[in-house]
Amino acid sequence: MTMRLYVWQRATAALMVPLVIIHIAVIFYASRKGMTAADILSRTRGSVVWASYYGLFVAAASIHAAIGVRNVLTEWSSLYDRRAGLFAIVFGLLLAALGVRAVYAVVLS
Amino acid sequence: MLGNLSVSLWRGGKDGRYESYHVPRRASQTVLDVVTFVQRHIDPTLSYRFACRVGVCGSCAMTVNGKPRWTCRTHVAKVAGSGRLEIGPLENLPVIKDLATDMEAFFEKWQKAQGVFAPSKTRHEEIEQIRPDSPARRLADAAIECINCGVCYAACDTVRWNQDYLGPAALTRAWTLLNDQRDAGGAARLQAVAAPGGCHSCHSHQSCQELCPQALNPTAAIAGLKRRTTAAYLKGEIKA
Repeated sequence: MTMRLYVWQRATAALMVPLVIIHIAVIFYASRKGMTAADILSRTRGSVVWASYYGLFVAAASIHAAIGVRNVLTEWSSLYDRRAGLFAIVFGLLLAALGVRAVYAVVLS
Repeated sequence: MLGNLSVSLWRGGKDGRYESYHVPRRASQTVLDVVTFVQRHIDPTLSYRFACRVGVCGSCAMTVNGKPRWTCRTHVAKVAGSGRLEIGPLENLPVIKDLATDMEAFFEKWQKAQGVFAPSKTRHEEIEQIRPDSPARRLADAAIECINCGVCYAACDTVRWNQDYLGPAALTRAWTLLNDQRDAGGAARLQAVAAPGGCHSCHSHQSCQELCPQALNPTAAIAGLKRRTTAAYLKGEIKA
């Protein structure tokens, strides 16, 4: 692992610590309050705060997971750095696309 | 007479096999005593490596019942409760023959990690006073007793998966020297351990510190390197 990838992976991990805690707290809150999908969407639609929060979460998770997958591939498969890196970039972009789609559905649709 | 031990020893090179021997059990017997008995009384062609027999030279490490150990200080009673011993060459190193491995890659990685002391003064200058209780000296002293036995290297999963990984011993040596106030090679050393295959490859599995015969903690040393290199990288002192 290069120094640059190490710093990006640790930085995104540190960023996700509060994001995950808030995410889980929101899940508990919504389920304990018995909120329906319509209740939740009425609060999230058009919200810049929720769009920013989950947008940041998606970006951090995509970068963090892609670097991790690259490491797994270089250590556990026969792929060398370059090919593993390409695979990891594609994987990260796929995660980002799925995440952005979910954020769009909850905030903008 | 305490009966016999059933001993399996690795014979041959990479494609060798385990062969069984019966060795008389003795009081206070070490694993190295068992190997030596086989070589002297059963098969003189058995190859293995040892020198001091008292836990100083670090040359007699082998895989004993699945774990790397220094055989001269490992009592049979501690590792062979069932009366069976399986002794093989160290993992993660090429086998030369029987129980002897080629340690070249292990020592080359010490060089690659800049594990050689770089003096900051000449013999003509006054000897620098180092306080033994200073924080930096305490960190340097923590791993100064490494005997280069290769046990941590053989125990390391990351070494197994990544042939470029410098390994716990070389990185611990680099950490020791980085904390030595008399050493002048810090910048090059930080750059060396931050390169691919350096300290950031460590997964902190901690097999090294669990099995180190000197009870050193390479995982903690590598964590120190990770902190030190990250700070240097963010300040622009080393390159990615």
